[in-house]
Amino acid sequence: MKTIIVVGNGMVGYKFCEKFVARQASNDFKILVFGEESRPAYDRVRLSQYFEDGNATALEMAPRSWYAENNIELITGQRVTDIHRSSRTISTMNDQTFSYDYLVLATGSSPFVPPIKGIEKEGVFVYRTIEDLEAISAYARTLSEGNMQPPKAAVLGGGLLGLEAAKAVMDMGLEPHVVEFAPKLMPRQLDRRSSKILQGKLASLGIHVHLNKATNAIIGSRAITGLQFGEYDGIMVDMLVVSAGIRPRDELAKTCGLEMGTRGGIVVNNKMQTSDSSIFAIGEVALYNNMIYGLVAPGYEMAEVAVSQILGDQEVLMSETIDMSTKLKLIGVDVASFGEPFMPVEKGYAILFENKTKDLYKRVNISHDGTKLLGGILVGDATDYNRLHQLYLNDLPIPEAAEELIIGSITNGSPSLGSVLDIPDVAQVCSCESVTKGDICNPIKSGACNSLSEVIAMTKATTGCGGCKPMVTDLVDETLASLGKEVQDTICEHFDYTRQELYGICKVKKISTFDQALATCGKGHGCEICQPLLASIFASLYNDTPNDEAVIQDTNDRFLANIQRNGTYSVVPRIPGGEISADKLITIGKVAKEYHLYTKITGGQRIDLFGAKLNQLPAIWKDLIDAGFESGHAYGKSLRTVKSCVGSTWCRYGMDESVSFAIALEERYKGLRSPHKIKGGVSGCIRECAEARGKDFGLIAVEGGWNLYVCGNGGANPKHAKLLAEQIDNETCIKYLDRFLMYYIRTAAPLMRTAPWLEKLEGGISQLQKIVVADSLQIASALESEMQSLIDAYQCEWKQAIENEAMKSRFKHFVNDEADDDNLVFVPMRDQWMPKQWEQ
Amino acid sequence: METIISTYTSVNEQAVKTWYKAGPVEAFPDNGGVCVKYKDRQIAVFNFKRKNTWYACQNLCPHKLEMVLSRGMIGDANSLPKVACPMHKKTFSLETGENLDGALDAIATYPVKVADNIVYIGFSE
Ligand code: SRM
Ligand SMILES: Cc1cc2nc3c(=O)[nH]c(=O)nc-3n(C[C@H](O)[C@H](O)[C@H](O)COP(=O)(O)OP(=O)(O)OC[C@H]3O[C@@H](n4cnc5c(N)ncnc54)[C@H](O)[C@@H]3O)c2cc1C
Ligand code: SF4
Ligand code: FES
Repeated sequence: MKTIIVVGNGMVGYKFCEKFVARQASNDFKILVFGEESRPAYDRVRLSQYFEDGNATALEMAPRSWYAENNIELITGQRVTDIHRSSRTISTMNDQTFSYDYLVLATGSSPFVPPIKGIEKEGVFVYRTIEDLEAISAYARTLSEGNMQPPKAAVLGGGLLGLEAAKAVMDMGLEPHVVEFAPKLMPRQLDRRSSKILQGKLASLGIHVHLNKATNAIIGSRAITGLQFGEYDGIMVDMLVVSAGIRPRDELAKTCGLEMGTRGGIVVNNKMQTSDSSIFAIGEVALYNNMIYGLVAPGYEMAEVAVSQILGDQEVLMSETIDMSTKLKLIGVDVASFGEPFMPVEKGYAILFENKTKDLYKRVNISHDGTKLLGGILVGDATDYNRLHQLYLNDLPIPEAAEELIIGSITNGSPSLGSVLDIPDVAQVCSCESVTKGDICNPIKSGACNSLSEVIAMTKATTGCGGCKPMVTDLVDETLASLGKEVQDTICEHFDYTRQELYGICKVKKISTFDQALATCGKGHGCEICQPLLASIFASLYNDTPNDEAVIQDTNDRFLANIQRNGTYSVVPRIPGGEISADKLITIGKVAKEYHLYTKITGGQRIDLFGAKLNQLPAIWKDLIDAGFESGHAYGKSLRTVKSCVGSTWCRYGMDESVSFAIALEERYKGLRSPHKIKGGVSGCIRECAEARGKDFGLIAVEGGWNLYVCGNGGANPKHAKLLAEQIDNETCIKYLDRFLMYYIRTAAPLMRTAPWLEKLEGGISQLQKIVVADSLQIASALESEMQSLIDAYQCEWKQAIENEAMKSRFKHFVNDEADDDNLVFVPMRDQWMPKQWEQ
Repeated sequence: METIISTYTSVNEQAVKTWYKAGPVEAFPDNGGVCVKYKDRQIAVFNFKRKNTWYACQNLCPHKLEMVLSRGMIGDANSLPKVACPMHKKTFSLETGENLDGALDAIATYPVKVADNIVYIGFSE
């Protein structure tokens, strides 16, 4: 048995292990991994996510147990200090010695900290490890405490990483300032014009940019208080994050005499071997073709090469040219550059498109003979990045009028890039996991995979940076379509239809029970997917309440309450527009007290009462209904809340009565069942305190009426709502909303919010405008009258449930006993109660 | 917690010693479930009307050990009758109790018979 020692358990060191294990040759080898950091390898590319959720485990490349399961010994918190090449041993910081047959150096790099005067001051950080992020957060918190003004943070370096860091400090509530030595941002990827556009865009997000600034001192006594550029120039800041490039961690190699680059890095050949053939170097420490590649994809390829070489597969060599294309993530601005972003005149010419009013810049570089795309830059809209990148990578033919590559997408909405299926099978689509187009399409053609999720499970495509997701989705969809296979949007094995089709069938054939639906157009006995879906369709068509056919409802609808962690329920009475009288507040307080319910103000401007046992629900609702409350439908795929700000009733800036209108809208659409939940918001002025643009529909009062926005949401993938109509009066708002909502209800896929629905709608918002405002399909009056009949049919389903003994009888834990569920355990928390934590 | 799980073991019809009288047929909704209390046990009972078959299983979901399965939706997958837990939609065969979409422990199932409009569940003790 031979021993491989891997030094460094970062992204690339981990990938080496993963690829090694995948070859199943590991029985002949023992792998021993040393990592200096205390944690097993984590996804550094997504490091900034740690600020969002503070969840370090979620970033892990694999859990610690994975290493053990695959016979890899992982020793973390242990730095390797020396390599003794003559005895083929290494020693560690606590003087243990281990011998190797092969040594793999994957020590990565460290941030370069320029020797500026004062750089050692408190409040100066780098951005590379989870510990760095923890230190930054902790410092930011102490700065923010008791501070009225947001503290300021500078980021030294306006490259890819610097901008990411700037966004991160901004999200922490600090005022970000990016300081760059060069005259432009992202100097390696962008030209001056695109940098300008990016700068404007960043300014609108609140990120200040200082270009042409050579920082020559960091001022402050103990902690940083500012940066000094020239004699009279500088800025006052409370914190600094240095992001001025990286330096390979090559110290081990230096001391044992391996060949090094003049500016650092361990020299490797195309087998990833160093000057000592039993020592390999991969990732950001390796100097290949006289370059250090600060990206993860080349590192992964290096890992693949090293694994192959060690296992005797000598043909696998590192590619000659390394693709350095990049797309900036996170920041809220699309920025991408690929291939050769700048074009020396002797090699080709550039075609530029710039629209400053829209912060848009697109550039493609074309070979002199007009046949090849050599590179380009996209700022403001990078939707075409994946396709252009593929054209570039695979030397694919381009349109004769090369400007169509960028302008086509602006004039007619779709770029003239042809089908994704035109790219060759060998084209690499997911560079993080080296997945080619063939790897994605072939399993579909052979029938091994039938959906996006199956392709992802098989190939790991999209699981790295995720940038290739749109392209992989297109490839899967188009391949399925080319095989004549339905792109999977039929509902389940019981109904071979889409939701829209089923909606139509039920409407035409007046189907109103699940059994009828099965008999007319289904097969088998139904399942947990089609039953609630049909229930929702019946509700949208006839405004049936869930009481009518309780057993086909999702559990929340079946019991008209949201199930909680321990099987109890929460109770959310409707509080339209968030307005509530003192008497009603007292009632809620009394009910909560009587039934020992935990109360909390929700994110939707109302009050949730948690911990009600199934058999208590009718009594609780009786008390609430007697006091004038109604169901809040918090459990339903239906209208939730219409959030309001206080508006002109009280607010000195209010342009209109936002509360009154929010209440009117909430009353109008309450109980409306839809493909997914619907939320609304009404703000009294453009300060937008009701966050109306984060809702499925939102109104903002402006001079001369309301601006109506549609198709926004919060959640995991926030989307701002888009403007549908401007300066309209209350009546017109309602008319457009009736049409919009009803059209959505008719056509959306199950569990699809309005934002993704709009994305799928051909023609997008302008098409929706045509339908809703200009009535291009001539269905407006039908939509309006359908909506009106649903509104007329509204009844409070809780009132219905408690007044009808048969309906009420379902709210019991035991059918044969009045007892409570004896499995429930509550524990105290602050002044209330919560369910005991799960043990598994 | 282990103790709670171990109070539920599948019973097959031959082994039944006690037929527990759970209630009249009308108390059991068509195509849905309810929970029956038997001593300190909670049994989910489903009147799968569309198949004209009755099923019973433990009310305890092996995923998070909550007493909720009777509130799940029933249906079939490739003609196999199943129940989906209301909490996270894990599905279990109503015939064998086996977890159909994962590697959770199987749930215990019990025989059901209906005589003179009364529903009985079979226990082995
Ligand atoms: C109770 C509440 C949290 C709180 O304590 O504040 C809550 C609780 C739940 N939310 Fe929420 N959300 C609550 C406000 C929000 C908000 C804020 C808002 O409404 O302004 C959002 C972001 C806005 C939005 O929806 O666009 C929000 C976005 C989500 C999402 C993501 C939706 C999306 O389109 O991405 C889910 C998941 C889903 O629906 O698939 C979700 C799902 C859930 C579920 C249903 C998860 C579940 O299945 O158990 C939780 C139900 C708990 C319960 O029993 O009530 N909740 N949830 C809030 C109830 C508001 C209300 O009064 O009705
Ligand atoms: C915030 C951030 C965002 C990024 N975003 C992107 C992106 O969008 N796209 C992209 O392609 N790349 C991105 N990168 C770069 C990417 O993370 C790196 O290319 C990648 O992590 C390099 O992997 P590596 O294994 O070579 O080095 P590392 O991940 O740094 O791992 C090296 C490990 O070796 C350990 N080590 C060093 N010396 C020793 C020793 N003597 N003994 C034991 N252990 C040692 C180190 O502690 C470290 O844990 C980003 C980087 C950062 C910091
Ligand atoms: S964010 Fe929403 S879904 Fe997630 S835990 Fe909070 S309430 Fe539940
Ligand atoms: S508790 Fe049943 S699926 Fe999670």
